[in-house]
Amino acid sequence: MDDLVDIKLTVNGEARHGRCEPRKLLVDFIREDLGLTGTHAGCEHGICGACTILFDGEAARSCTTLAVQADGAEIMTVEGLANGERLHPLQQAFHEHHALQCGFCTPGMLMTALDLLNTVPNPTEAQIREGMSAVICRCTGYQGIVNAVAAVAAAKNV
Amino acid sequence: MKPPKFAYHAPEQLDEAVQLLERYAGNARVLSGGQSLIPMLNFRLFVPEALIDLRRVPGLADIRIDQDTLHIGAMTRQRAAENSGLISNKLPLMTEALGWVGHLPTRSRGTIGGSIAHADPSAELPMTLLALDGAVVARGLSGERTIAADDLFSSFFSTTLAPTEILCAVRIPAMNTHCGFAVEEYARRKGDFAIVGMTAVLEGKDGKCTRARLVSAGIGGRPVRLRAAEDLLLKNGVDAESISMASRAVMEAVEPTSDPNASADYRRHLAGVLAERALLRAANMLKESRHG
Amino acid sequence: MSSPGANKGFVGQSLPRREDHRLLRGQGQYIADFTLPGMLHVAFVRSSVAHARIKSVDLSRAAAAPGVHFVMSGLELAKEIPPVQDQQLPLPRKWRTTVPHKIFDPRQPLLAWDKVRHVGEAVAVIVADNRYLAEDAVDLVSVDYEFLDAVVDAEAALGAAAAVLHEQNGTNLLAEFSVAKGDVAAAFAAAKQTLKRRFYHHRYAGIPMECRGVAAMHEARTGAVTIWSSTQVVHWVRREVALTLGMSEARVRCVALDVGGGFGTKGHVYPEDLLLPYLARRIGRPVKWIEDRREHLQSACHSRDQIHDAEIAFDASGKILAFRDSMIMDCGAWNPVGIGIPYNTASHLIGPYKVEHFSVRARVAATNKVPNAPYRGAGRPEAVQVVERLMDLIARELGVEPAAVRRRNLVTAADMPYAAGIPYRDGQPIVYDSGDYPLALEKVLAEIGGIDAFRVRQRAARVEGRHLGLGLGMYTEGTGVGPFEGATVRVDPSGKIYVSAGSCPQGQGMETIFSQITADLWKVNPEDVILSLADTAAIPMGFGTIASRSTVNLSGAIHVASERLRGKTFNIAANMLECAAADLELRDGRVGVVGVPDMSVTLADVARASRPGWDHQRPEGVDAGLEETYYWEPATVTWAYAAHAVIVDVDVRTGHVKLEKYVIAHDCGVVVNPMLAEGQIIGGAVQGIGGALFEGFNYDSEGQLLTGSFMDYLLPTASDVPEITVLHHESPSPLNPLGVKGLGEGGAIAPPVAIANAVCDALSEFRAEFNSTPITPEDVIRAARKAA
Repeated sequence: MDDLVDIKLTVNGEARHGRCEPRKLLVDFIREDLGLTGTHAGCEHGICGACTILFDGEAARSCTTLAVQADGAEIMTVEGLANGERLHPLQQAFHEHHALQCGFCTPGMLMTALDLLNTVPNPTEAQIREGMSAVICRCTGYQGIVNAVAAVAAAKNV
Repeated sequence: MKPPKFAYHAPEQLDEAVQLLERYAGNARVLSGGQSLIPMLNFRLFVPEALIDLRRVPGLADIRIDQDTLHIGAMTRQRAAENSGLISNKLPLMTEALGWVGHLPTRSRGTIGGSIAHADPSAELPMTLLALDGAVVARGLSGERTIAADDLFSSFFSTTLAPTEILCAVRIPAMNTHCGFAVEEYARRKGDFAIVGMTAVLEGKDGKCTRARLVSAGIGGRPVRLRAAEDLLLKNGVDAESISMASRAVMEAVEPTSDPNASADYRRHLAGVLAERALLRAANMLKESRHG
Repeated sequence: MSSPGANKGFVGQSLPRREDHRLLRGQGQYIADFTLPGMLHVAFVRSSVAHARIKSVDLSRAAAAPGVHFVMSGLELAKEIPPVQDQQLPLPRKWRTTVPHKIFDPRQPLLAWDKVRHVGEAVAVIVADNRYLAEDAVDLVSVDYEFLDAVVDAEAALGAAAAVLHEQNGTNLLAEFSVAKGDVAAAFAAAKQTLKRRFYHHRYAGIPMECRGVAAMHEARTGAVTIWSSTQVVHWVRREVALTLGMSEARVRCVALDVGGGFGTKGHVYPEDLLLPYLARRIGRPVKWIEDRREHLQSACHSRDQIHDAEIAFDASGKILAFRDSMIMDCGAWNPVGIGIPYNTASHLIGPYKVEHFSVRARVAATNKVPNAPYRGAGRPEAVQVVERLMDLIARELGVEPAAVRRRNLVTAADMPYAAGIPYRDGQPIVYDSGDYPLALEKVLAEIGGIDAFRVRQRAARVEGRHLGLGLGMYTEGTGVGPFEGATVRVDPSGKIYVSAGSCPQGQGMETIFSQITADLWKVNPEDVILSLADTAAIPMGFGTIASRSTVNLSGAIHVASERLRGKTFNIAANMLECAAADLELRDGRVGVVGVPDMSVTLADVARASRPGWDHQRPEGVDAGLEETYYWEPATVTWAYAAHAVIVDVDVRTGHVKLEKYVIAHDCGVVVNPMLAEGQIIGGAVQGIGGALFEGFNYDSEGQLLTGSFMDYLLPTASDVPEITVLHHESPSPLNPLGVKGLGEGGAIAPPVAIANAVCDALSEFRAEFNSTPITPEDVIRAARKAA
C-alpha cells in the first residue's frame, strides 16, 4: 500500500513530473509537488470551485481529482494565464471591474470564466451568472465578476 | 479532508479490472470520473482497500448508434455527451437532462456510467435512463449482461450490479422523432441535486397519447416510473385537464420520505407541480413536432 | 500612474486595487501557502458527540502511526496551559457601571479534557509529517465518552430540567442585561393599539472561502515565538499567546498574511491560535494547522441565533409609542466574545426611529453547539428583523403603506445630532451624528419606480397568478467603535511614506484605500505609500479589524500622526531652506516654499536631514527621526445607515423566491473609494441574501450537526442573486477628520428582513407572516396553503 505512482503531465505548457501516493489529490500535488500555490482548496468536496483548473482544456475541480488521474494530461492553472507582465484579458477585466476582494476564489473564478467564454463565446448575463455559479465567492456578491466576464466577452465579439 | 490510503490499479483491459474487483472481494471501488467517489473518500465515509481506475481501458468512451440503439460508453464524460451531435439528434432528452447535472466543471470529469452506477436517487441521469427505457451493459466474471433500467436501481445509492461487475456501457433506443419531452426539476440552487425531479416523454397525435413515460427523481430511494399517471394519459390524452388529473395521480402514487432538506409533504406537493409542468411542456412540444 | 482628482485628491476616486497584482496571478500568500523548513502538520481529534464526559483518550495507536511526531490530549495539556482568557472583547467601565448585567465566562481549555460540549470540539492533537498522515493518525485515536443529555434549544437550556454545560456556573445562563429609557410600563398601559410577536433569526455564519489556519515557530536563539494566523486581530493573538504561554509580549509576534475572508468569523482568538505556538515551543519545530471545511463548519464560530418576544405600542397615525423586547441568544458551548453581540442587538433595536419608551431584556444561553461569535452585522440583523417586521405589521394593521409608517417615525436630518437615549456598547450615550434617513427611503422607492407604479404592476401580476412583493429594510449602524487604532507614519529615506498600523485586511482593499488617504495627506502618489498591516512587530499596540471600524479609526490615526509629522518635517525643511516653517507646503513628494516653485527639498532629503549623528540638518531642539505614532481613540461611534428595497417574485407552487430587483441607498459618510465601497455593500448584501434564503446550521435533538458540508449548508451563487443597485449619499461624520463612517458590515444587516417583508407583501392575500428566518420554499408553500 506504500506504492507511489509516477505522474508526468504538462502544466502551463511545461513538462512536469512528480511521484506521490495514489491518494494524493491533484490540488495538493499542484500546490506542493509542483510548487504552484495559486490554486486553492476551499472545501475539498467539489462544491466551492476555488480549486478549479483547466484539465485538457476544460475547467475541472482539482480537489475531486486524484493527481494520478492527471498523468498524461495538460493542465493549466492561474499561473499560466498571464504572459510575463502582461495580464490575460480576464485578469485585466477582473482588476478593472473590482471582481476580487480577498482573492481566495479568484483563481477558480478565472479558470471557470476562461472555460465559459471558450464554450459560450457570447453569453447573456443569465448565462454568465449560470456559468459562474460553479464557483462560490463570499466577498464580492458576484457583480464585479459578472461585469468583468461580460466585458471580456464583449471585447472578443467586437 | 484527505483520502485514506488505498491500493491503486489502472488496468488496461476491462477483464483485468473485473478480476481485480474479484481479488479484492467487494472491498475495491471502481474509479471513473471521481466526482462522487472522491468527495466521499475525502470525508472518509468509507475506506476501500483499492481503487480500480478505468481511465486506461480503451473503448469505454465511444458514442455510436447501432440499429436505432445508442451505445454510450460508461467512461464518456458528461460534457462530451452534452456536446454530442449524435445524442442531441437521437436522444434530445438526455441533452436537456445533462444541462441540469451539476456544473460545467463537474461535467468535464464526471461520466455517464459513473453517475448511473452511483445511483443517487436525486440524480438526473438515472431518471433519464428509466424514462428512455434504457439499459446498461455490465461486464462481469462470466462475460456481459444487459440490465434494463427498471431492474437496475434498487435503493439509495445501490444498484443490482454484482460486486464484481463493472458498468461498461449504456444502451438507449433512439427517441421517436415525433415526440415531446421535458425535464423539470426543483433544486434550491441551479446545479444542486434535485429535491424533486420529473421527466416526461410523450408520443401520440391529435390530442391522443400513444406512449407516455413519467419518471420521478428525489422521491424514495430510486427513480420511479409513475405508471398510474402514464395510464391516465394513455386513456385520456394529453390536454390540460387530463394532465391536471395525471399530476394529482402522481401526488397520490408517490411515497416520499422526510429528511432535513425537505418534508415528505413538500416532496409530494412538488411532485404534482413538476409533473404538471413537465407534461404541459412535453405535450406542447409534441403538438409542435407534428407541424413541419 | 494615478493622479489626484482636480482639487480633490485621491480620496473619492475609484482607484483599482494594489492588492490585485499578486492576487490575480495566484501569487497571494495565504497561510496554507506558507512553509518553513522542518515544518510539521497538525490535525485535531474532534468530538463526534455533543455533550459527554471524557473518560479516557487513547493516543497509543496514533502515536505509533507512520510520520507522527507528537500527540497530546486535553488532560495533559490542562496541566501545563491555562484556558482561553475571559471576555476577549471587554466592555469599558462606563458601560459596566451604566448597564445592569451579569456575565459568566466559562473559559475554554485549548483542548477539551473534562467534558466535550459540542460536536467538533477538539479533544486531542496530532502532529505529523503531513496532513494526510496526521488524519490517518486521528482515525486511530479512541475516546471513551460518558454521554450526557444534549441541550439544543436555547429556551429549554434556561429551564430547570436542562443538563448544565458548565457545572461551575450552575446554570446555562451565561449572561444577562437590561437597558431601558422612559416608562415602558405606563406607555403600554395607556396605549390603545399594541402588537406582540415572536421573531427568530436563525443560526448561520460568515463562511469565508479560506478556512482558518495557524502556523507557529519558536526561535531557540531568542526564545521568541512567531504566530502566523488567518486572523483579523493580530494584537489580540499576541496578547493572549503571551498570557497563555507566560511570555512577554516583546517576545511574541503575530502576523496575518493574505487572509481569504474574515467577516468576523476570524475576529477573535481561538484555542488553535494559542495551541500552535505552544506546540512549536514544546516540539522545537515549526508547526502548521490548516482547517478543512468539515472542521470549519463544526468549530469555527457560528452566529445570529436569537429569539425575540417583542411588543410595540402605536397610535392610529402609526406613531410608535413604546417598544419592549425580551430576547435570548443561543450562545453555543462557549462565549469567547462576551456580550458584544446581544448588546449590539439591544442598542440597535431603536434604529432610525424616534421611540420614547423602550426596554430590552437579554439573556444568553449555553447550548451544545458551536460557540457564537460576531459575523458581519454582529447582532444588528437580528434587531432590524424585529423592528422592520413590526413596522410592516403596524402598516397592515392600519391599512397603510409600510413606507408611510416608516416616514411617520424616522429621525430626520433636522433632528441631527439625535440622542437615542440609551448607551452604546462603548458606554457612551447613542447620538446619531449625521444623516438623512427619510431621504434614503425616498431614494430606494424612486429607484424601484415608486410605490404606486409597483402596486399597479403587482395587481396586474396577481391577476395572472403571479405574486410580486415589495419589501423594505432600514437600519442605522454604529461604526468605528473604539477603543483605539494605531498608526505609525514615517518618511522613508527613499522619500516614500511608510505607514504601519494595527488594522488587518481580509480583502477590503486596505492597501489601496489607506494609500489613497495617506497620499492626500502627504501630496504624494498612492504608489509612493508603503503599508505594513497585520503585523504586531510593525506597531506596538493595535486593535484590529472587526465592527466596521478600520476606515474610521485608522484614517484618524494616520491623520493625526501625519499632522504632527508634517510639523516636524516642515521644521527640518525650513532649516534646510532657511525659511519659516509657516511658508512651506507639501507638493508632489517635496516640501517647498509657497509661491516659489524652485525653492523646495524632496521628502527623501528631509528624511536624510532628520537622521541622528554627524551632518544632520535638524534645527536646535528637534530630535532625530522622522516618524510619529498616534493612537486614535474615538469618543464614540459614528452612525452609518441605509435603506434596502427588494422586489420579489414568489412562485407559490414551488415556493421559490426570486429576487427581481434589489436597491440600496447607503450613507457611510465620505467615501474613500466608491468602487471598493460598493464592493463591500454588495458583498455584504449577498451574504444577507444567503442568510435570508439559503444558509443555515441545523442540529438534531442529540446535538448532531446536520449541516456539515456544503451539500447541506447552501451558499448563494451568482445565479441566485440579482444585480444590486447602490445609491450613495454622503453625510460626512463630524467625529473624525476625514468625515468617514464604517461600511464593512452594513450590507448584511437588512436583507433578511427586507426579503421577509417582500415575501409577506407578495403573499398578503394569505395574510402570511414571515417572522423567522430562513424563508424556505417549503415555508412559502405552507403559508400559501394555510389560507387556501
